[in-house]
Amino acid sequence: MNANNLSGPQFDGMSCPVPLRDFNEIVMGHGGGGKLSSELIEHLFLPAFGNDHLNQLRDSAILDLGEQRLAFSTDSFVVRPLFFPGGNIGDMAINGTVNDLAMSGARPLYLSAGFIIEEGLRMESLHAIVKSMSLAARRAGVQIVTGDTKVVERGHGDGCFINTTGIGVVRSGLRIAPDQASPGDVVILSGTIGDHGMAIMSVREGLEFESQIFSDSAPLHELVERMLAVCPNIRTLRDPTRGGIATSLNEIATASNMGIEIDETTIPVNPCVQSACEILGLDPLFVANEGKLLAIVPSVASEAVLASMHQHEFGSNARVIGRVVDGHRKMVIAKTPYGSTRVITMQIGEQLPRIC
Amino acid sequence: MKYLTEFRNGEKARRLADEIRKRTTRNWAIMEVCGGQTHSIIRHGIDQIIPHEIELIHGPGCPVCVTPLEIIDKALEIAARPEVTFCSFGDMLRVPGSNRDLLGVKSTGGDIRIIYSPLDALRIARNEPDREVVFFAIGFETTAPANAMAVKLAKQHGVKNFSVLVSHVLVPPAIEAIMNSPTNRVQAFLAAGHVCSVMGFWQYPPLSIRYHVPIVVTGFEPLDILDGIRRAVIQLESGTAQVENAFDRVVTFDGNRLAQQVISEVFEVTDRSWRGIGMIPQSGWRLSQAYRNFDAETRFGVSGICTNESTLCRSGEVLQGAIKPHQCPAFGKQCTPRTPLGATMVSSEGACAAYFNYGRFLKAEVTA
Repeated sequence: MNANNLSGPQFDGMSCPVPLRDFNEIVMGHGGGGKLSSELIEHLFLPAFGNDHLNQLRDSAILDLGEQRLAFSTDSFVVRPLFFPGGNIGDMAINGTVNDLAMSGARPLYLSAGFIIEEGLRMESLHAIVKSMSLAARRAGVQIVTGDTKVVERGHGDGCFINTTGIGVVRSGLRIAPDQASPGDVVILSGTIGDHGMAIMSVREGLEFESQIFSDSAPLHELVERMLAVCPNIRTLRDPTRGGIATSLNEIATASNMGIEIDETTIPVNPCVQSACEILGLDPLFVANEGKLLAIVPSVASEAVLASMHQHEFGSNARVIGRVVDGHRKMVIAKTPYGSTRVITMQIGEQLPRIC
Repeated sequence: MKYLTEFRNGEKARRLADEIRKRTTRNWAIMEVCGGQTHSIIRHGIDQIIPHEIELIHGPGCPVCVTPLEIIDKALEIAARPEVTFCSFGDMLRVPGSNRDLLGVKSTGGDIRIIYSPLDALRIARNEPDREVVFFAIGFETTAPANAMAVKLAKQHGVKNFSVLVSHVLVPPAIEAIMNSPTNRVQAFLAAGHVCSVMGFWQYPPLSIRYHVPIVVTGFEPLDILDGIRRAVIQLESGTAQVENAFDRVVTFDGNRLAQQVISEVFEVTDRSWRGIGMIPQSGWRLSQAYRNFDAETRFGVSGICTNESTLCRSGEVLQGAIKPHQCPAFGKQCTPRTPLGATMVSSEGACAAYFNYGRFLKAEVTA
C-alpha cells in the first residue's frame, strides 16, 4: 500500500473495510455487479445496515407479517441511452423490480416509481417512457401506487433516472433462496444470454452490426408461477442482470457453499450476440440479461419444470445447463467442448473491451 | 464459413490433440507469442488436452502487458488535465501506473473515453474543437495501421487538437531477444496470426534459419492453435526448422502492403522498453519526423517522466517464459486481478490473469 492510499477514507466505528481502502473514490466498477460491488455491500452497507433480512442478500427481502408473507425489493435504473432496441428505461424499470420480486417466488402487486429527471429532457421522451411503464405495469399485473419526481440541473443527470420499489405476496411453504442449492440439483437457464447487454452496447457505442440485437427485457413472474405449480420446492431463482449468468452462478455457489458445474455447449447464445461479443472481446457469460432466469431445482423435478417453462413465451428456450456438486465449493467450473475445464470467476469491475 | 462453430468443433479438436499425442515422443517447449492466443488456450483449456510433454510458454505478445509503467504514468498525467479528452482501448483503463489507473483518473473528473477505433478519437477531435483529444496508440503491428491512418488523416485535414501517445512494439525483435537470452528454453514459436496478417511473414525465415527454430504462423481459435502446435511438434520431432503458415485463410507471405505503406510513412523504428523485460533495441515504432507534431509526449511536456517497475513483480520472467505465472511468489497473494502489481495480471490477455481466472484453482487442486 502506498502513501496515497494511507491518506484514504476513514470508516470509524465500522468493521475495517480493508479492500475499500484501495480506492479513494467510487469507480464505475463499484456499480458493475462484480467483485467491487460485493465488496461495497460486504464492507460498507452490511456493517452499517445489517439485519436478518438484509444479511441474506436476496433479490428481495421476505417479510413475515403475521399471516402474510411479503416480498419487498428496490432497484434503480440508470441506463444510457434511454431508448434502445427492444425497450426503454421505462419498461425496464417495471420488469426489473417485478423480476426481483418473482425471484423470491412472489406474486408482484404494487410498485412505487421515483423519477430523477435532468433539466432539458424532451417532454415527448418522458411521455414515451411513462407510457411504456404504464403498458409494462399492466402486462405484469402490478399497479404503481406511489411516486416521486425530482428535477436536477442540466449536466447533473443523464436524462432520466428511475427508481422502482415493489411489494408482492409469497405463498406459504416456499423457501427459495441462493443458499438452498444442494448437491445433485440441476441448473436451468430460461433462454439465450447476453441479449440486453449487447443491445445496449450496440447503440451506446455507435457500433453498427449487420443485424440488430434486441433487449430481452420481460416480466418473469408468470413463468415462475408455472414453474412453482409443478415444483413448489424450487431451491433458487435468480435473474442474471448485471454481471450476467457468471456472476449469478458464483453468488449461488458462494451462498450455498456448493460447487456448480456447467456445460458450455448447452448455453444458448443468439449468433448475433456471440459475434458482437467476439468482435469486442467480451464473454457472453458476463453480459447482462433483463428477461432471463436461472433456476436451481431438484433433479427429479427437472423434466416437469422444463416442460412447464417450454409452454411459456419467456421460457421456450429453457434447458438444463449444469448441476450443483459437492466439490470445488464456492466455485463455478465450465466444461468445454474439448474435454477440458475452466473456472468461471466473478468479474472485478466492469467487463472492458479488449484491444485485439 | 462459420468461424465460431467450425473452428471450435470439439470432435475435430480432440482428433488434432490425438494426433499431437501420437507424434510426441519427448519434452518440447513451444511459445505462443500472442496474448490473444494465450487467452484462447486458457479459456478453452487447450493446455489440458495436449500431451504433458508439451509445455506452452506464454509469450510477450500482449500489448497491454508490455506497455511500460513509464508510459502509463505519462498517460495518467496527460489524462488528468482539464483540457484533455483521453481516448483509449478499453483494457488499458485498468492497467496500474505508479499510484493509480486511468479508471481512477476518470472517477476524479478526467474525461476518458473508451473507443474501438482510433478514427473515433479523430472524429471526437473534429466534433469538439475546444478539447485537446489524445489517443493512446499502443499495440503491436496489428493496431498500427489504423493508428497510423488516424494520424495521417489528422494531418491531411489539419486537425490541430489531436495527438497520440505512442507505445508501439514489434514482434520479430522480441523473438530475437528471447532466442538471444542465455536462459531461453523456447524450442518453437507459434507466431501471432493477426500481426502477420498486416506484416506478412517474410521477416521470419532469417530468424528460423539463424536460431534453427520452427516458427508456425498460427490463428486464435482452438482448432487453429491445435494445428499450430501439431505442425510445430512435427518439425521438432523431425529436427527441421522452417516457417509454416497455418493461418493461410488470413495471412499471406507479403502481408497487407497498403497497411505497411501507411505505417512506414507515419512511424519509424525506435528502441523501446517493454514492461518487465527492459529495453529491446529497434523493437518499437515512434512518430516519424513528418508527423512529430502529433506527439502527445512533446505537446504536454511529459517526456521527463521516468518510473521504475515494481521489484516484487516478476512479469518479465513470465513474459520470457522463464517462470509460469503461479511460480511468482506474489501470484494470488499481493498480486491478483483485483490488486495487480504487473500488467500481466491486468489484461484479460495477460498470462497471469489468464492463469488466475481460468486455471489457478484447478491447478491447486491437482497439485494438492
